Amino acid sequence: MSVPRVLPRLDSENRFFWTAGAEGQLRFLRCQECATFIHPPRPVCRRCLSEKVAPQAVPGTGTIDTYTVNYQQWRPGLEVPYVIARVAIDGAPGVFLTTNIVGCAVEAVEIGDRVRVKFEQQGEVYLPLFEKIA
Amino acid sequence: MPATDAYITGIGQSEVGVRLQRSPLLLTVDAIREALTEAGLAIGQIDGVSTYPGRSAAYLGFSPIGADELIDALGIRARWHLGSLEISSQLGAVAAAAMAVRTGQARHVICYRTVYEAAAMSRPEEYPPLVRDRVDGYSQWLTPFNAFSAANWTAQYAMRHVKRFGLTREQLAQIALTDRAHALLNPRALVREPLTMEQYLSARMISTPLCLYDCDRYTDASTVLIVSAGDAIGEVDCTPIRIAAMAGTVERHSWDQAEWMACYPTGADLWKSTDYKPADVDTAQLYDGFSFQAIAWLEALGFCAVGEGGRYVEGGKRIALDGELPLNTFGGQLGAGRLHGFGFAHEAVVQLRGLGDKRQIAGDPRVAVAASGGGPLATALLLARD
Repeated sequence: MSVPRVLPRLDSENRFFWTAGAEGQLRFLRCQECATFIHPPRPVCRRCLSEKVAPQAVPGTGTIDTYTVNYQQWRPGLEVPYVIARVAIDGAPGVFLTTNIVGCAVEAVEIGDRVRVKFEQQGEVYLPLFEKIA
Repeated sequence: MPATDAYITGIGQSEVGVRLQRSPLLLTVDAIREALTEAGLAIGQIDGVSTYPGRSAAYLGFSPIGADELIDALGIRARWHLGSLEISSQLGAVAAAAMAVRTGQARHVICYRTVYEAAAMSRPEEYPPLVRDRVDGYSQWLTPFNAFSAANWTAQYAMRHVKRFGLTREQLAQIALTDRAHALLNPRALVREPLTMEQYLSARMISTPLCLYDCDRYTDASTVLIVSAGDAIGEVDCTPIRIAAMAGTVERHSWDQAEWMACYPTGADLWKSTDYKPADVDTAQLYDGFSFQAIAWLEALGFCAVGEGGRYVEGGKRIALDGELPLNTFGGQLGAGRLHGFGFAHEAVVQLRGLGDKRQIAGDPRVAVAASGGGPLATALLLARD
């Protein structure tokens, strides 16, 4: 997209997530006690309340759960249309990411499509975008 | 009336418009005056104030008048008050007031929602726009992906209905067409022009499957509901409308980690504290800031099965004024304006009192449901005239 994205403010809880792309990995917090994945990242497990949580890499693939093609130019310079999708993350049951599907025509996106992460770097932030697996 | 019951007594509404010059405090006062007059109450009898979402300092147009300011501006001696974003949704302010009067914390509570986004956008020197160089909290999971608007977030839930349950644009259109048809009969409605299926289908897309006419637009208005205690009903001079049941359930407070919007668990929970059933409801006033939300609420409240909402509204007859379940009889947010949740409860009371004039539904309506919110926000109120 043509204009710079509005980036997340990094802090001690989310920094690992937004910078994991520097090593080409997608990571989520996982509870070391009950194995539940925790997203958004917080220093406590939402299932068992354990504080033993640590980032774990996942394969970086997923499935499009739902999507929308956005046509509205919300900001000056924003190139439209583009696809916003909710991707179910492989290896992290119950975790979804809102993201963009890039590298294909907007008409080519369907629910159920298999996708793989493709990071877009903007400063220190690596945004996990996804593209269809050919 | 037992002290443990809560009633909606006065209702009021200001002028509804776009880029109004009248100050948001005075719009609120206009709506309050109307509600007090209707209830036969004086401001000195008000001892509680409840609003959603409270003063929104970073983005004043969204909510310029907080409970604190209103209490001081109108000389209210408040024994109980609330102004909060972190409640079940817009009508959660009414549900909270009901709890306050049921527990003796107050006798008559002014509940209000004042919106001023259109005026604020036209007067940036007075109402600076929200500027964000970085996002945090939940916005960080949406905004960096250019998913700026609730239109985008709602559209994804709608698209799942399109692909999984066969929801069509023609079905979705029935919410917008019905709203606009009803708005023609409401002298205070913001949009007072008819909308045809042809116009709807040729409208530009905002975020598929939602087109321009599926989205409400910024409105300046104030809507007021006075909630009174059962043992204070002798002090009012109007037909009291009992809050027969209420619910506001959230399972994941998130726009993208939840498989189902919060209206689904909320709708199911509403019926657990009442003997009424969906079949008893004479009219439904369901949040439709985006058309799809009303379809989701119809399913969530059990008027039809999950996934059947599109077919339920197909053709529009069932939800018309003379239909089996008249929906959003004031025009909803797509016709009457973005009153942000409170318009639905206001209209439920109008209909139950038989005061709808040209838009009054036939018969003797006794039970209505009013609901507000989309995504993780959901409140449902079951209202009854005993």
